[in-house]
Order: sequence, then structure tokens, then C-alpha cells
Amino acid sequence: MAEMTGAQIFIETLRREGVDTIFGYPGGAVLYIYDELLNSDIRHILVRHEQGAVHMAEGYAKASGKVGVALVTSGPGATNTVTGIADAYMDSVPIVVFTGQVPLPLIGNDAFQEADIVGITRPCTKHNYLVKDINDLARIIRQAFFIAKTGRPGPVLVDIPKDITIQKTEYTYPEEVRLRSYNPTVEGHMGQIKRGLRAILQSRRPIFYVGGGTVYSSAEEEVRALAEKLKVPVALTLMGLGSFPAHHPQFLGMLGMHGTYTANTTMQNADLIFAIGSRFDDRVTGRLKDFAPHASFVHVDIDPSSIGKNVITDVPIVGDIRSVLRSLWRLVEEMPKSEVAAFHKQIQPWWDQIHTWNQQHPLKYEDSEEGIKAQYVVERIYDVADENLLVTTDVGQHQMWAAQYFRSKQKKSFITSGGLGTMGFGFPAAIGAKVARPDVPVFCISGDGSFLMNMQEIGTAVQYNVPVKVAILNNFYLGMVRQWQELFYQRRYSEVVMKAMPDFSKLAEAFGAKGFTIKKKKDVVPVLKEAMKIDGPVIMDFHVLREENVYPMIPAGASLSEIVVGPPEK
Amino acid sequence: MRHTISVLVENQFGVLARISGLFSGRGYNIDSLTVAETLDPTTSRMTIVTRGEDPVIEQIIKQLNRLIDVIKVVDLTGVDHVEREIVLVKVVAQGEKREEVLRIVDIFRGKIIDVSPEGFVIELTGDEDKINAFVNLLKPLGVKEVARAGKVAMPRGLGKLGSVAKSVEKERKEGPELAGSSKGEGSGALPA
Repeated sequence: MAEMTGAQIFIETLRREGVDTIFGYPGGAVLYIYDELLNSDIRHILVRHEQGAVHMAEGYAKASGKVGVALVTSGPGATNTVTGIADAYMDSVPIVVFTGQVPLPLIGNDAFQEADIVGITRPCTKHNYLVKDINDLARIIRQAFFIAKTGRPGPVLVDIPKDITIQKTEYTYPEEVRLRSYNPTVEGHMGQIKRGLRAILQSRRPIFYVGGGTVYSSAEEEVRALAEKLKVPVALTLMGLGSFPAHHPQFLGMLGMHGTYTANTTMQNADLIFAIGSRFDDRVTGRLKDFAPHASFVHVDIDPSSIGKNVITDVPIVGDIRSVLRSLWRLVEEMPKSEVAAFHKQIQPWWDQIHTWNQQHPLKYEDSEEGIKAQYVVERIYDVADENLLVTTDVGQHQMWAAQYFRSKQKKSFITSGGLGTMGFGFPAAIGAKVARPDVPVFCISGDGSFLMNMQEIGTAVQYNVPVKVAILNNFYLGMVRQWQELFYQRRYSEVVMKAMPDFSKLAEAFGAKGFTIKKKKDVVPVLKEAMKIDGPVIMDFHVLREENVYPMIPAGASLSEIVVGPPEK
Repeated sequence: MRHTISVLVENQFGVLARISGLFSGRGYNIDSLTVAETLDPTTSRMTIVTRGEDPVIEQIIKQLNRLIDVIKVVDLTGVDHVEREIVLVKVVAQGEKREEVLRIVDIFRGKIIDVSPEGFVIELTGDEDKINAFVNLLKPLGVKEVARAGKVAMPRGLGKLGSVAKSVEKERKEGPELAGSSKGEGSGALPA
């Protein structure tokens, strides 16, 4: 067995892990690794800022289901990744971030470009490592990937001191990964699953409350099969979008602060909430003490700590969503037809009620002929791409509109920053998603404020010709903050206008990308169609009506029953 | 309510920081924490005394289990177990007071571990109440300094923490059902 340097071991272990793409930025502490990269066929995407690298790795991971990889240098390179890592932690995104570190003997000496990144990221990683011995390097890398993608996925950081990358040792690839202290439960407990099914069958007002865990578990088919068989209404969380067909007659829409009236009202009045890979986030439950007062709860999740955290669960089922739902499906299959039919009959009045709610307050907006409504642009994006696209978003009003009107037939097709709510996420995530799935059109729906936060990555998109289509819904406001100030702060607008906005079209051109400015409604569709044809990154700046608000809205801290469906009547 | 939680962890650098960071980051209290290597040098045992309502304790145990370096978590509260603390007390005592101090030390079966013309350093082990009583009795005699270590604990009988942990392992699999802290009987909405 030949001796290999730490840098060679790094590349070889990544290769064996099946890594085909690294998003990274070089620097002093990772020079040996970058040198070795030249001898490898792993694709490296040179980003413009390390935060971009992590969001790209997230976009890559979310679109592909594989582990995303970022590689950066020590000190500022490492600290710049923190927002991305925290984002991945909140949204359970499987990524591994490799950071360079100053040589071992210098650690703790306030050396040039030294930062205690393991200490900094301890509370926002699933796990992290500082490699202190070259003989541990391969094992740690293997473990990092294993931890990132198994159980409830999440980010893992590996900090590699520079001297480790040039030292040499015999390389043996650790075939098996074993951690005595880490063994996630995959198969659900059969007794609990039976109790879960019994709870459904005894309910009169059930709802499936489906979240992002379904997407990570690739359990879309299982959710659909079960929902169709039992005819239970389905509502999705922001993170769960894409895991149930948007046009399905059993689909009630998105839940939460800006979810549909029907989804929220159904949830609030249910007698059984069957939670699948969701976590009763405050944006979904509203005021907790008034949340779904008549409901019992069945909760399926791979992370036991998600269960019973916010609501008291009657039937907890710990396990992988796909595995648990398959077990549940087998039970349902064994049921006599008459029993299934009786259950359908039992919940028919519930469906009648739901249909009434939906007729009373369907999701809608008032279109305008005077200007461009943001919602109109969102709807046309889904039309023009023939509902065959991946969508990434930033954070704010545009994100909610992209979510409310979401309809894509692709799986893993809604990529957004839910938990942390990171402005600047969408554009780099779109680049990562497009790199992972070059065959599918990728649109980044963004806002003027968000886009400015990571716009430097236009350079990356141009350099590697990653043909992402960015639709900036430009209202020349920090729109969501403005909406809150309008509704809850007596229209006292404080610091929500950037008076020196760039011309985004010219900005795109300056980087070598194609740019459009769209000020008239009649130009929206032609520009979107044109953008679809261009084989390269396109930045579209849609000047939308400035003071449009996102409705429905459940005010922060209010109960779901206090949902406001639209602006006050004039 | 106060709980004594025994946590078996990988004996690696940074583990203490992970656990104390978990408590501070999620707003849980730590009344005391002790940590030392076990018979197996690759593991350490932490004994954490914390307080909180049942759902909070349940979350603490689940969050601890979530840490990769944590091997086993056992809530000893509710398990028949013994607990001990150790204290070192420096007493300034001269003349007749010396006799009184020695009497108290004798009654509590403490140990004098340092003597000087001005006073003593005394060592005492026992449960929390005993230590408190001891320190309170000495106070009027001239306590200068007290160094007190956190609690260590172990189940009674031949059972190891490992076997007690099995029930906790099970709970880990099935969620809060067995933790005795979920709604339990309150889940009457669902017939069993």
C-alpha cells in the first residue's frame, strides 16, 4: 500500500464517496488540497463568496438527494460559511463543509487566518470534527458523509489543519462506517404504526400535515398512495411543497402564516392531525395554546426530539417516513374494502365542510392592468415552464407568492430557506440545483433586497455557464418588512427603501449574463419565453406593483382561526 | 422538579462543550455537572443535575441523545439509585471552637485533611442534605471557604447504567410514549 499525503487521501476518499462536484474557494490553508484537485476529475465550482458555496451545496443536495460539498480556507473563509451552515441545520440539508485550518502547532496562537470554526459551528452543525491526526482523516470524512445523510439529515463540518494535508501515511479506505453512539431508527415500531392507523380510522375530521421530511425521505409516492386510498385531505408546509401534486383534488394548499384559508382552517378544526415529517413550527401552529383544540396527534418523524416538542403527541412514531408509510400502506391494503368505504363515508361530511371553506375563500389575488402584479409573474413562470421546473426562492414576499402558487410536476422541486429564513439563499441555491439536475429548467424567484445579498454569484453562473433563470420581483421595497410596517406599525415605513438600486439588467450584462427589465404586463410572458430559450444565466428584473401585500395572513402570535383572507374592504 | 441525569459520552475533546452548549443554547438549567473517565478510557460519564417540568426534561434527554458523541442517557430520577457529593470546608477555629469543630466532624464522619494552628480543612461526602446541614453547622464557627463538587450517582444493586439505559433506549425509539411525561392518560381522545 503506497503512502499518500493528507491532500491525496482527502481527494481519494471524496471520490470513493461518489462526490462529483465541490463548491469552493481556495486560500492559504487549503493550498495542498487545491494542488491535488488538479490531478482529480472532481468538478470544482469556484464561487465568489464562501456563503455562496454553502448555499450552492445546499441547492445541489436538495435537488439531487445527494450530499452537497463545500471546501473553503481557514479564518474568514470558514466564518463566511456559518450562515449557510446554520441554514442547512435548520432545514436538515445534508451537506459536508470542509474548512482549512492553520497548522496544528499554531492552533490557539491567534495565527493569521485562524478561527475556532469547530467551536463557532458547534450549535449549528449536526456534528463537526477537527482532524488532529492524519490517520483519522479518511475515517472522519467517511463518518461526516454518513452522519450528514442518515437519520435526520444535516450539515457536518470537517476542519483540516494545513500540516495534515502534506503529511503522509499508508492509506486504507474504511469500508465500514460504525458509530456506537449513532444509530438512527429507520423502521417504525409496528405497534405504534397500528395505533396510528386506528387513530385515522376512528377520526371524523382527519388531515395529513406533510413537511420537508417527506422530500428528504423521497416518500412522495407513499404519501400520495395512502392519501388517495383513505381519501384524507392533504396540506403541505413550505418545506413540504412538491411532495403532493398541486392540482390534486385532495390538496388543500400550503399551511402556515401565509397558507391558504382552507388548509389552515381544516387544520384548526381537525380531530386528527397526522403529521408526516413536519415539526409543528410556530409559523404553522400560530398561537400554540389555541392550536387545533379538538385534535389528537399522530406524529411520524425520524428525529425523536421533533416529536412532543411543541404539541403533546398521542401516537409518536419514530422512523423514516418512507419506511413507516410503507408499513402503514400494507396494513391499509389488508383492510376489507367495506371498512375502507365506511371510512370514506365517515369523513364525507368533513369533505363537504372543506369544500365550503374553499368556495368561500379560495386562494386569489386581484389582478391589475395598470401594472405588473408579483403573483401574476409567479403564475406565468409556472405556465411558461409547463410546470416542469425547479424553483428556488429567497426570503420575503416573493417567497410566499412562489410558494402559494407553486405547481411543478418535478420532485424535489421547491428549494427554499424555511427555518432560518436566509435572504441571499435563492440564487446560489439555484446554481447548485442546476448543476445537480442540468436537464430540468431552474428558476430562482427572488426579490430586489434578497438578490443583492448574493448577486456576486452571477460571476459563477457565467463562468460555468449555468443557465439559471432569475426572476426578481422588484417592488423597490424590502417588501415583507414594509407589509408588517403597514399592517402593524401604522404605515410608519422605517428603512425599507434602498434609494440606490442598481439596474439589474445592466448589472447582469456587466458580469456577462443576459439581462431584461420588464415594466409592462404584456412583456412578462414573451420575456419569460425568451429566457427559457437562452442557454445561459438570465436575470429578469420585473418592476411589480410596489405595495402589494401577501394574503392570507395569520398575524404573528395569533391563532389560526384569526386568519385574515385579504385587504380590508375599501 | 430536579432530575439527576447520567450521560455516557465518547471521551473526546469538545464533548463537554457540546453538552454545556446544548444546555445554554436551548435555555435549560444546569445545577451541577461532573465529568470523568469511566473504567473504559474511551468513554466518560457525566452526571448532570438539572431542573424543569416533565416536557422540558423529556426534551433535554432527547436533545442529549441527538448529539453524536452521546452514547447513553439515563434519567436516574425515578430509578432507585444512590447519590453523593463531596465538599472541602476550610474552618478558622482556635481555642474551644477547635473542640466543637472536631465534634461536628466526628458526628458527620468527616475527615480532617489539613491542620494548622489557625484551623482545619475538612473533607465530607454525602448526599446534598447532609452536606448542607454540615456546612450550616460549621458556619457560626468560622467557615472561610467551601469547595463543593457536583453530584455523582449510580443505580442501586448490581444493575449497571447500561441495563437501566435499555428502557431509555426503547423510549428513544418510540418517542415520548414511555417517558411518562407526555399526555399519557390524557390521550383519552384515542381509544387504546
